[in-house]
Amino acid sequence: MEETLKIVVLVKHVPDAQFDRHITGPGNTTDRDESILSELDEYALEAALQLAEERGGPKAGNEVIALSMGPSGAVNAVKKSLQIGAYSGVHLSDDALAGSDAAATSLALAAAIRHISADGRPVDLVLTGMASTDGETSLIPAQLAERLSFPQVTFASSLEVSGNQVTARRDAGAFSETVEAQLPAVVSVTDQINEPRYPNFKGILAAKKKKIASLSLADIGVDAAQVGLAGSWTVVESAEARPPRTAGTIITDDGDAGIKLVDFLAAQKLL
Amino acid sequence: MANALVFIDNPGAALKKSSLELLTIARSLGETAVAFTGELNDDVAATLGAYGVTTVYVPSAEDLDNYLVGPKAAYLAAAVAASGATAVLLDNSPEGKDIAGRLGIKLNAGVITDVVGVEADGTAHKSVLAGSYNTTAKATTPVTVLSVKANNVEPAPVGAAPAPATATVDVPADAIANSARIAARTEKPVSGRPDLSEARIVVAGGRGVDGDFAPVEELADALGAAVGASRAATDAGWIGHDAQVGQTGVTVSPQLYISAGISGAIQQKAGMQTSKVIVAINKDAESPVFEIADYGIIGDLFKVLPQATAEIKKRKG
Repeated sequence: MEETLKIVVLVKHVPDAQFDRHITGPGNTTDRDESILSELDEYALEAALQLAEERGGPKAGNEVIALSMGPSGAVNAVKKSLQIGAYSGVHLSDDALAGSDAAATSLALAAAIRHISADGRPVDLVLTGMASTDGETSLIPAQLAERLSFPQVTFASSLEVSGNQVTARRDAGAFSETVEAQLPAVVSVTDQINEPRYPNFKGILAAKKKKIASLSLADIGVDAAQVGLAGSWTVVESAEARPPRTAGTIITDDGDAGIKLVDFLAAQKLL
Repeated sequence: MANALVFIDNPGAALKKSSLELLTIARSLGETAVAFTGELNDDVAATLGAYGVTTVYVPSAEDLDNYLVGPKAAYLAAAVAASGATAVLLDNSPEGKDIAGRLGIKLNAGVITDVVGVEADGTAHKSVLAGSYNTTAKATTPVTVLSVKANNVEPAPVGAAPAPATATVDVPADAIANSARIAARTEKPVSGRPDLSEARIVVAGGRGVDGDFAPVEELADALGAAVGASRAATDAGWIGHDAQVGQTGVTVSPQLYISAGISGAIQQKAGMQTSKVIVAINKDAESPVFEIADYGIIGDLFKVLPQATAEIKKRKG
């Protein structure tokens, strides 16, 4: 059997896109009521669980740790991950983190991952989704890799680990690529990589016995001035709700709707 | 000393429209230099000159393309230092954003992605939360890194101009350390249609096409449009994942988006609702897509699309 792995999966608590989402407050930050585990993170968690299960699961010494940074509610993203199957959780929370941009977030997460590495064996693999479903910048995997001096493999649509090597397939514009990197590595995965499992009743019960470690900035050796709005390198100066699109002309096809469509396009100078 | 540095990554024989857009935005910020990779042919150099570029930086190493992101970010950081630029502009492609992210950490520079407009002072405009908010953002650092979405400015050359000077930038020797290596690369089949993220017009099909994309493709070809799809259609395997428009696919913002047989759930809406004009064709009058369509047709796409295609061909002669 392959060597066991210690995997950290980044999970984010994001506003549910099924409802209206809002930007509020002096820092123009996202309102996090009605939040859920970011859907795209479920693919990263599934990939981690599959790698660990191929290696004999928790009994063989594999670790799958769900790590979330965010206010008190973000612990729910960790809890959901434990119900789905993560073996343990870490919640990084500190009032000073509020309003962190990608650079400040990657700084705090890198410190948290170093802390997790110092606790027992070093982390082999950091897995993330392809983007958060709120900020959607996709910057964290690259910035985390730069801060940790790990290779990055982003937008993986398949992933294998053999010995010390990660092999992944990815789409890159006009090309499909096969890429290889040495562990430890940061890998972001797309929604093409697998079919995430759902938590079942047994998983929900088992999650109650799993450990969630709470970390503050002091625990990971980060100064409050390095994160949050103060430590961010970008500032959102204004945010205006776009007027919702309103419905225009709706017609029912009476046999000539194709012609009417072309008339409409011609009137809009779109032909 | 340049004010703005544009990263142009291996363009091949000619510059892409999105690169010309970046050069046009860069010029509005001041003197523009380019950090280039790949072969710099005379035509490309002349085009760069025509867009007002004064200096083109090329890397000392040629194997940057064999590694993922890391070495290109290291090269670009060295080019920023050489040029003295305070604004760096990149494509908003996945790789462009990855390079922007790493560059930001290397330079202690704020990174703003998904930019749709840039003011002279570096303030960036973007649309967030699936197009429900317009925001302005600014880097608070000496250097600003911006990844800019296609189709937001018209490329505008300055006219006759001297060819730019070229200068070689040393790629740090340790740039390939800790980088993933590209072991194999295969070219995907070329459709002959415009690139989805850059197309002026997109025609997209969803569950309603029921496995048959022909009417969607024929209308797209009559309009010179790119073909898109909903997640339901790509998950069903009716069309490649590259065509997926939506939160987990490509975000498009064309002049015209024609949605055929797509209900318009939030996943899809997130990828297209900043389109200038939206046309929807769906059998189900209750489809949410009709709430955001400028022109909606309740009808059978297998009747409406071929009729429109034939009419367009007739009018175009």
